[in-house]
Amino acid sequence: MSSATDGKGILVVPACCTSVVVGTAPKTSMRMPIVHVPFASAAAVASGLREALLVRGLEDKQVIVWAGDGGTADIGMASLSGAAEKNADIIYIMYDNEAYMNTGIQRSSSTPRGAWTTTTPIMGKTEPKKDVSRIMISHDVPYVATASIAYPHDFYNKLQTSLKIRGFRFIQLHSPCPVGWRFDDSLTVDVARMAVETGMWILYEYKNGVIEISNPSRYLIQQNKFKPIEEYIKIQGRFASVDENTLKGLYEYRNRNIEFLNKLAK
Amino acid sequence: MSTLELKKEKKVMTGNHAVAYAVKLSKAQIISAYPITPQTSIVEKLSEFIEKGEMNARIIKVESEHSALAAVYGAAIAGARAFTATSSHGLLYMHEWVHWFSRARIPAVMAVVSRTIGPPWNIWPDHSDFMDQRDSGWIMSYAMDNQEVFDLVIQAFKVSEDPSVYLPAMVGLEGFILGGTSMPVEIPEENSVLDFLGERRQPYSVADEIISVGNLTSPEETEQIQMGIQNAMGRAREVIKKVDEEFGRVFGRSYGGLASCYKCGDAKYVVVTMGAWSGDALGAIDLLRDNGIDAGLLRIRYVRPFPIEEVREALSNARLGIVFDRSLSFGGFGQLYSDIASSIIGSGTKKNLVNVISGLGGVNISSDDFVQAIKSIIESYESEGYVHPFLWYHQGEVMKYQHIKT
Repeated sequence: MSSATDGKGILVVPACCTSVVVGTAPKTSMRMPIVHVPFASAAAVASGLREALLVRGLEDKQVIVWAGDGGTADIGMASLSGAAEKNADIIYIMYDNEAYMNTGIQRSSSTPRGAWTTTTPIMGKTEPKKDVSRIMISHDVPYVATASIAYPHDFYNKLQTSLKIRGFRFIQLHSPCPVGWRFDDSLTVDVARMAVETGMWILYEYKNGVIEISNPSRYLIQQNKFKPIEEYIKIQGRFASVDENTLKGLYEYRNRNIEFLNKLAK
Repeated sequence: MSTLELKKEKKVMTGNHAVAYAVKLSKAQIISAYPITPQTSIVEKLSEFIEKGEMNARIIKVESEHSALAAVYGAAIAGARAFTATSSHGLLYMHEWVHWFSRARIPAVMAVVSRTIGPPWNIWPDHSDFMDQRDSGWIMSYAMDNQEVFDLVIQAFKVSEDPSVYLPAMVGLEGFILGGTSMPVEIPEENSVLDFLGERRQPYSVADEIISVGNLTSPEETEQIQMGIQNAMGRAREVIKKVDEEFGRVFGRSYGGLASCYKCGDAKYVVVTMGAWSGDALGAIDLLRDNGIDAGLLRIRYVRPFPIEEVREALSNARLGIVFDRSLSFGGFGQLYSDIASSIIGSGTKKNLVNVISGLGGVNISSDDFVQAIKSIIESYESEGYVHPFLWYHQGEVMKYQHIKT
């Protein structure tokens, strides 16, 4: 990220796994300033930071929020929506590992249906995954994209695209968590790729009011070549208790999502 | 510039507009706030200044008070002079950020237009919203009239940005009583305030250096950060006095620093108050003196840092201190009383002190009410030799709190 922003980035990080990953004060593992902030307020801090840069004539700097799904889809949703509606000139990256991993794998609204977490210990989550990117599209912001850690070039290109746009930009980065999803570390990229190949995660961009399905997902949609969702869930322990009914729900969720994106895609 | 050369203009305005004028003249660059009664007219006035081109600032209209203080923080750590204002539930909603701000040691100013806390819904003032913040590490001052509101907001920027302090500062004023009531306020010429304040100063800026702010650290360093705030509060005592004197030299008004005294010197009975009702209490002191009762008034201007020395000095010759609190730490005492008791204990002298809780929820207390309550307390003290430490003054009656044994 520091290379993509060419030393011009300032990172805002609410409470999440990254709060720990970047290391202890006063040192930091990132080559850019980092502002750690309380859980619910990353988008608001970033908005204020950006406005101060403008009054100080430092327009060329980029303010980037790096937040988990809890800090985005749940406790941070109001401030996210507030910043998006005002078209705050920031990039917001939601790294989505589909549960509260930093506190030890509790469900979030971004957890998919059927997934085990420590707060859905027997039945798995009974509600479908909240689609935050779709909520951001509803704010009609200049740029929304989904990305996956299995497709780093696609993510990097989207980051580069977003850097050239002004106004509110949102990227939702699908990021499997080996501990929370119950699979071996060595399979992290495979699991992320399988999410795309089964259509459980679809890569696209929303720009100028139009959705464009990104290459890895476009072919799968056009040819209807998705792998069965069973292949995605069988390699993760968190889906161990998924029954036929829940599986049906996952298929319905995926198909409705494809239908929605096709309607808006050019 | 001396006060003689300074061009000034007297305008009749509400306390809320006095805040807005002070923020404008202080050249705040970023404003962020969320509307709440009775604060709203501050941010409305600032919006008007900005949209008319009279003020060169940007305003961030956020979706909540939590985000308002968060946005002010973002602006402040990037090097901007920033301001917010709120009241009551808005202040409670941003409480997490109030603490975060001071631990980051970033200067900024907030006006708190006091309103009681619900339920029931009630927009009238007491001090419970403001006093709820007293453990948060902010410099906290409270005004008695609209001129002092104006003066304190400017001084808050100066104290907050002093390198020996570097803490955020809040200025309290009662909603409606000051916030919505018009009084004459002297406004100095446009650039004199910026000359007084100087350019923005702060300990670090994420826009100007590669640093990480707020990440994990050891328990020892966390403890040092908190010790650092307490030490900054200690230094702030001198800074506040110095700024008050300097303000007096430039603008012609000084208030005596952290607390101000009225006829305390020879007073046998020292009454203690804070905020707008101090005006009524001053009237009461004159009435009591007319009746041959040697009373004086100690007005608390700063809750944090607390005027420990000033309290000891003001009460040194008194037989009895009568502390009126307009807020209450339920199950304990009024917050001013607790701090005054703590201050006196440290001085090694034994002093009789009584806490009177009154004016909660916006109940109006007049000079006559003060006279009646104070007279009744003094009479009971002089006849019985002691006074119950916790009294209510409610609807014209002094009542003992039944759950403390004496």
